[in-house]
Amino acid sequence: MEEIIFDQSVPGHRAVSFPVDAGDVDLPAEHRRTSPPSLPELSELEVVRHFTRLSQLNFSIDTHFYPLGSCTMKYNPKVNDRMAGLPGFSQIHPLQPAEQVQGILRLMSDLERCLCQICGMEAFSLQPAAGAQGELTGMLMVRAYHESRGEKRTKVIVPASAHGTNPSSAKLAGYDIVTLQSPSGIVEAAELKKLLGSDVAAIMLTNPNTLGLFEKNIEEIARLAHEQGVLLYYDGANMNALLGMARPGDMGFDIVHLNLHKSFSTPHGGGGPGAGPVGVKKRLEPFLPSPRIVKSGARFDWSWDFPQSIGKVRSFYGNVGILVRAYTYIRAHGMEGLRRISQAATVHANYIKEKLKDDYRPYSPEPCMHECVLLCEEQEKMGVSVRDIAKRLLDFGFHSPTIAWPVHGCLMIEPTETESRKTLDQFISAMKQIARESRENADFVRHAPYRMPIRRLDEVRAARELDVRKK
Amino acid sequence: MNIPKDLRYAETHEWIRADGDTATVGVTDHAQAELTDVVFVELPKIGTKVAAGAECAVVESVKAASDIYAPVSGEIVEVNQRLEAEPGLVNNDPYGEGWFFKIKMLAPEELRRLKTNESYAQQISK
Amino acid sequence: MDYIPSLDVDLKKMLADVQAGSYEDLIAAVPRKLRNPKIDLPAPLTEMELQREIGRLAKENTSLEDAISFLGAGAYEHFIPSAIDAIASRGEFATAYTPYQAEASQGTLQVIYEYQSMICALTGMDVSNASLYDGSSAVAEAALLARGIQKGRSRILVASTMHPDYRKNLKTYLAGLELEVIELPAREGSLDIAGLRSRLDASACAVMVQTPNFYGQLEPMEEAAKAAHAAGALFVACANPISLGLLKPPGEYGADFAVGEAQPLGIPLSYGGPWLGYLTCRSELVHKISGRIVGRTVDEEGTPGFCLTLQAREQHIRREKATSNICTNQSLLALRACLYLSLVGKEGIAEVAKLNYARAHQLAKSLSGCPGFSLKYPGVFFNEFVVTTPIPSADLCREALEHGIIAGLPLLCVEPGRTHELLVCATEMKTRQQLERFIEVVRNITQDAAKLALSGQRK
Repeated sequence: MEEIIFDQSVPGHRAVSFPVDAGDVDLPAEHRRTSPPSLPELSELEVVRHFTRLSQLNFSIDTHFYPLGSCTMKYNPKVNDRMAGLPGFSQIHPLQPAEQVQGILRLMSDLERCLCQICGMEAFSLQPAAGAQGELTGMLMVRAYHESRGEKRTKVIVPASAHGTNPSSAKLAGYDIVTLQSPSGIVEAAELKKLLGSDVAAIMLTNPNTLGLFEKNIEEIARLAHEQGVLLYYDGANMNALLGMARPGDMGFDIVHLNLHKSFSTPHGGGGPGAGPVGVKKRLEPFLPSPRIVKSGARFDWSWDFPQSIGKVRSFYGNVGILVRAYTYIRAHGMEGLRRISQAATVHANYIKEKLKDDYRPYSPEPCMHECVLLCEEQEKMGVSVRDIAKRLLDFGFHSPTIAWPVHGCLMIEPTETESRKTLDQFISAMKQIARESRENADFVRHAPYRMPIRRLDEVRAARELDVRKK
Repeated sequence: MNIPKDLRYAETHEWIRADGDTATVGVTDHAQAELTDVVFVELPKIGTKVAAGAECAVVESVKAASDIYAPVSGEIVEVNQRLEAEPGLVNNDPYGEGWFFKIKMLAPEELRRLKTNESYAQQISK
Repeated sequence: MDYIPSLDVDLKKMLADVQAGSYEDLIAAVPRKLRNPKIDLPAPLTEMELQREIGRLAKENTSLEDAISFLGAGAYEHFIPSAIDAIASRGEFATAYTPYQAEASQGTLQVIYEYQSMICALTGMDVSNASLYDGSSAVAEAALLARGIQKGRSRILVASTMHPDYRKNLKTYLAGLELEVIELPAREGSLDIAGLRSRLDASACAVMVQTPNFYGQLEPMEEAAKAAHAAGALFVACANPISLGLLKPPGEYGADFAVGEAQPLGIPLSYGGPWLGYLTCRSELVHKISGRIVGRTVDEEGTPGFCLTLQAREQHIRREKATSNICTNQSLLALRACLYLSLVGKEGIAEVAKLNYARAHQLAKSLSGCPGFSLKYPGVFFNEFVVTTPIPSADLCREALEHGIIAGLPLLCVEPGRTHELLVCATEMKTRQQLERFIEVVRNITQDAAKLALSGQRK
């Protein structure tokens, strides 16, 4: 393991000098800090070695297969980063006059248009900084829309299998949550009908859902919702299954958010940054966050003149550097390329599901879309939990799939389109070996991993004896 | 699973032990086992008035969080401050040192509506 | 397609292996009429073409490499040491996921722990989370946290001198909740303490003040914190982290939460993002804080290591009862901030803060010496300030642009009526020569304007 940087500090070492010394300044004492912040002191090489060594303790897409379900850990093309790093994008100030930033405004405007096309929507805002912020934006727009019609609706319907941000975002927008159970794995119109009413503001759905199944009743769901004046919200977490192949707008969704760090290949960065653009149908456009890009003649500019807008959700215009990456990615693919993505992603997921079905029962016998949910029933009988399997996989050089969600004891596997058949076969063979180990030597699996820089961590101690900073 | 006879139980897995018009409340052995190692308990403020069934505390483990509901109506008169530093008491001694709070009951007859050890045992065996 | 290794022949083989005749068999659940819509996208490009095409768009922008900028107003041009890009672009950091599998993420986890430690050192606070989207969402999240802690208190009091985007964002976030945002009056460009006191009562949930504020002025944080606490309200400080190399940190004046925009710590402007929001609190509030937190612990064999902790607060477990809906953080930007603070270190952070202070004060002094210019506010400032201008500030900016100078932000952009005021910033990036050039250009523009006005009068 690597020593904490503070423990490597040597008084007097330094990595950065400034060309001039300001000397002391005439700041009144009441505003001054009394002691310098206890930051470490190191040379540049010491800093570089420390962080390089830390990087080597990570799994990442660049180094490992990472089949995390609903996270879409696809390859992040390097050209995206290179483009975002061009000084014309990375060294522009958000308040520079519009005539100096026509290039980025043109890019953002065209990205809005491309996303409208891909999703079948009529207007997009690029402002939300992440999926959850996109959801909040969407729910606030739902609220503004109903209020503009003089309607007071208090509830939002969310399937039990939805990502936790869905109910959390709707609650934050002031709604009560009604949970929709879908025991068959998909939403049944009859069940939904029981919950619908004039007090329901919206339904939030992910399609394909978190079980990897396409909501095949979607047109009926949309009809029932719209009959009652209920808006349909699309969580784009699983959009990779549909790129170029089907569009939420055509299914009847009124609002969508996308996760550009999933389907559109921008790097996850160890947890972020992402971007969560929100698209809408015409009747919701007046409520989009402001400012928005407008075009007059050949010139682009920002406009704040949207009196019904929900306002701002983020400072300035959003995670622009992420938008540049996603735009580059879309331009690399075109429509046919996007279709190829969803096609390969779906075939890959079904291949894994089929090859593993004897050892891990699929949640649904139906074909899956871009991800499959497998159950660890046989292994649990031997006293091996899904968590144990996840940890054992690390020893084979594979990151764990998403585990224990959305159903108990499951593995949610999303291979993505960017992996080769060889990698998929290696993963399948590792999974089969773990199934065998669970039968023959369960105790061994229960104590995995063995080949990682560290064994299983004591999470209870971490929470009970909190140590969250160097003291 | 330990379910003492002399206590009453709420469907939401709290136990209650009456002593005059004051009662002590905690979570059952079954609840602590389901939660796994408790890492944090958020207790109500002394003096808080609660109605039966109202959320009044939160208990967290590494992987889960649960609300604790007042089994009866009344006023919180004492809380188990030891849980702040030693949340593990909830796991080690759920009916003893792992108690959560004491409540001055407004309507002690509410106790009769709660479950006996037998009916609670039946509930969790389902 | 270059990023998809499976060839048609591979896909066909795999389809045969899954006993599907075709891809269409796999997507039978998708109604036919929804499939394969016409999507109007530009034709695909190879990487060679992409570099040319996207590069052309980049060239349509004037980068700060090609201008002398005095813009600040919430987005600051600071020196970024080369080692930051070198490390932050490593795939092991950039292409990793959220560190839920601790054994495979010790690098990211230790970085966040070190980031948390450095942010605490800088702010003087006890606990930092693993980051939020930006300064404005950090302010809004702090208001949500205050709401959870102070149940029954219904008003958030926010200084009207706080960045306008942060105030707007706060109002948007709270639009669906029973929480009212009250803007506090300002006097001479900073918070009016008497005005604050008169609005504090038992309904006050939290008081939120930014320092340096939008106009660059330092706020009376100590008095504001005392007043807030006396009324039982929480005090939230929003502070520019680079200024804390010199200025009194929020922990020293009793802030309950300290938040802010950490873009100045090694993060490029990128037209507004991705940036980094920091959120810190006193130790008593640790179970209330939103976002991820990394803790240090040991493994089965006693080896020290790191993992995410206190996750039971978060939306993936608590769903609608979570303290916040936040999921994604800004880990890669937290890495940049951590690298920045490691590279400048204990001495460097004080030096750069002083250099900012010195540069802005040199400029303020020279500018207020120009005919018709004066400092708008009498208070102490850090690296930006407001000047009143003899001609409309928007006109001044437009003409300065012709000379390659971005003179600052005309305040008319954010507040109606403030036609002759300019918000000007000078960081350590501005050389003495650039300051001189700025003064020369400004003098020429206003002299020409004065001559024109004079000749106009004669006619």
